[in-house]
Amino acid sequence: VSAIFSTDHKVIGKQFLFLGLLMALVGAFTAYLIRWQIAHPNVPAPLFGVVQYGTYNMLVTMHGTIMVFYVAMPILLGSLSNFLIPLQIGARDMAFPKLNMLSFWVMVLSSVVLLASFFLPGGAAAAGWTGYPPLSADPRYTGVPWGVPAWLLALALAFASSTMGGINYIATVITQRAKGMTALRIPLTTWCLLSATVIFFFSVGPLVAGAVMLLLDCLAGTGFYLPERGGEPLLWQHLFWFFGHPEVYVVLLPALGAVLEILPVFTRRPVFGYRTILVCLGVATVLSYLVWAHHMFVSGMNFKLAMPFSLLTILISVPFSAIYFCMFASLRKSAIRFEVPMLWALGFLSTFLIGGLTGIFLGAASSDIFFQNTYFVVAHFHYTLFPSTFFGGFAAITFWFPKMFGRKLNARLGQLHFWLTFLFFNSVFWPMFRVGAVGMPRRIADVSQYSFLNGVAGLNHFITVAAICLILSQAVFFVNFFYSIFKGPKAEANPWEAATLEWSAASPPPHGNWGPSAPVVVAGPYEYSQPGAPADWMPQAAVEEPKIQKQVQVKQAIPA
Amino acid sequence: MLDTMLKTVSSYGRDIDSLINLIYGVTGFFFVALQGYLVYLLWRYRRRPGAGASDQKGETWKELRWIVALVAVVLALDLGIDARSARIWKLVKEDMPEHPDLTVRVNAQQFQWSFTYPAADGSFDPPAAVTASREMHVPLNKKVLLLLRSKDVIHSFFLPAARLKQDILPGREIPAWLEITEVGPTPLACTQLCGVAHTAMGGSVVAEAQADFDHWLAGQRAATSEEAR
Repeated sequence: VSAIFSTDHKVIGKQFLFLGLLMALVGAFTAYLIRWQIAHPNVPAPLFGVVQYGTYNMLVTMHGTIMVFYVAMPILLGSLSNFLIPLQIGARDMAFPKLNMLSFWVMVLSSVVLLASFFLPGGAAAAGWTGYPPLSADPRYTGVPWGVPAWLLALALAFASSTMGGINYIATVITQRAKGMTALRIPLTTWCLLSATVIFFFSVGPLVAGAVMLLLDCLAGTGFYLPERGGEPLLWQHLFWFFGHPEVYVVLLPALGAVLEILPVFTRRPVFGYRTILVCLGVATVLSYLVWAHHMFVSGMNFKLAMPFSLLTILISVPFSAIYFCMFASLRKSAIRFEVPMLWALGFLSTFLIGGLTGIFLGAASSDIFFQNTYFVVAHFHYTLFPSTFFGGFAAITFWFPKMFGRKLNARLGQLHFWLTFLFFNSVFWPMFRVGAVGMPRRIADVSQYSFLNGVAGLNHFITVAAICLILSQAVFFVNFFYSIFKGPKAEANPWEAATLEWSAASPPPHGNWGPSAPVVVAGPYEYSQPGAPADWMPQAAVEEPKIQKQVQVKQAIPA
Repeated sequence: MLDTMLKTVSSYGRDIDSLINLIYGVTGFFFVALQGYLVYLLWRYRRRPGAGASDQKGETWKELRWIVALVAVVLALDLGIDARSARIWKLVKEDMPEHPDLTVRVNAQQFQWSFTYPAADGSFDPPAAVTASREMHVPLNKKVLLLLRSKDVIHSFFLPAARLKQDILPGREIPAWLEITEVGPTPLACTQLCGVAHTAMGGSVVAEAQADFDHWLAGQRAATSEEAR
């Protein structure tokens, strides 16, 4: 029982990872059904049957919800923050271990509520993952009586979980750093996780207020969003996107952090522009709150708001392009080892670039008139969220796996998994830009109703085949992952010759992370190939504290 | 990548397409340049025996000058794109025709479109005003003012070939305008999830010479008064 209801941050980090991977399977199944219906409208899907129109709307709603809040968030923010923050800053655990445990189990409850909502009378929420009222606010409009309240309940629990986790991440970084771990020695992953948490904290409040009003509209007959009762549908969109756009960065930043951590280890040179990247993170954090209405150019809001938001959207390209160029510069004059985590990090660089560039078509208000709510948008945000969640996620998993489980993954299977995923990911989402350019709307259950889409039926069929291949390719990962947890070769403490603190602990680290001697930090996180050093890397922790002092510390840090 | 776009049929469609092509050119250049540079870096700096890595940390202005220059280029190109976009946005979304040749009220509801043409005195009241469903007819090369209304949830009026899209909010009337420059039908779709049969909410807009349009409208009026009797 103590292994399951654990307050150890490492166990909780792994639990978030398993939860995210499990939910990814559910999310992948919804993707399969959506794609099947697009390629073969109204033909029974193997393992399911005919996808009715109402079911299709539930599937697109739940696919978005699951992938963003139940896969990306647990894997990137939940798992990485919990596992890495204490290890990277030299803490023995989180500041509030019990709150941390509660955070995970509330997330489990949230997942159960969300999955159970499929079996409610009338089914799950079917108003899109963006839940625009009036459609979501009055069950008459979707014909689904309990879906939206259950969806809101699940999200409320998920946000409560993220909030409890976030309090911990911030408090831990502020109060639990090892001796010598000054601000400019904190690894970029931890900085990125901290930024993501701050972004989440200051954007989620308005959404919670909005969600309460939506729940009241659903259940208590209020009319916050219903014009016939004096309400305003656009209010929700502002509140939703005030959260929704920053949420994209909540998912992106941890992935970016993992990639920034991996680059120096496998290039054997320091990250280029550590301090520049930190400044850019800060600027991006502030700007992330000021761009939300670019999701609403054609929503019917005041037309004069489009240009200010278009300009602000352009400004946010400044910090992100600077970070991107710094990452490219980090590859110059290096000695690259193409290990599996590096492949994923480079895959992230290559694919996320496409997501960033295609965003310009949507951020410029006048071209967005055409592209908004077409498959071009679907292709664009999958080119941002998939690289973050999966290229960034797999980079992180394969990089820290030895530390998490004390064993090594099979590199051959890892390479196979990477190349299959890279190939099929691009095969799915690149043609989607072409489908979107015709004007195929999102969320239509039956493509065959539109004769102007006949020309892309072949493309749609191709995308579906590629999507099924993409999903099946993940079997390679699951086999490798679970086999290696139990049977993989034992990993040493620092298999990649990396400098940051987590690699100074044993693999896997014991409860309390460093045994009796806590690390003392004497160097920055990326001291690679420094002149005069004995090896091409210098660990952050070089000196051990005297022993007596430590035993006192251990008693304080680890409750019996 | 964008060669699948339908040929544009509206007066401002070419402006929007020129903006899209401009963005396509700029992003296409960066795509090729950066992916190419990435591949070059990976090949050039693959680990080889005896070749070490740099200790450069990129912390001085001198080291960072390339980053700053590139970001300045990105910002300048973005602003150029936005300046072009601003002009087109004003044309399409802000400046509604003051003296339109025709005003049509577009009614959206779960799950159909209908189009109300005013009586000779401009009134939208029945029976003098007539309503057609699913298919909207407009005269060729004439400025048509659309008054978009929804009865229930949010819908979106999307004419891919005309490059026009506008969400319709219940409880308000949202203006849009259109001048179609090619004879024939052009597809209409709803692009905001609006309920179970959202997918069935298609339609079309037919542009025809003024005489043909007048003939069609007269036919609609006759049919309406027939029904009223």
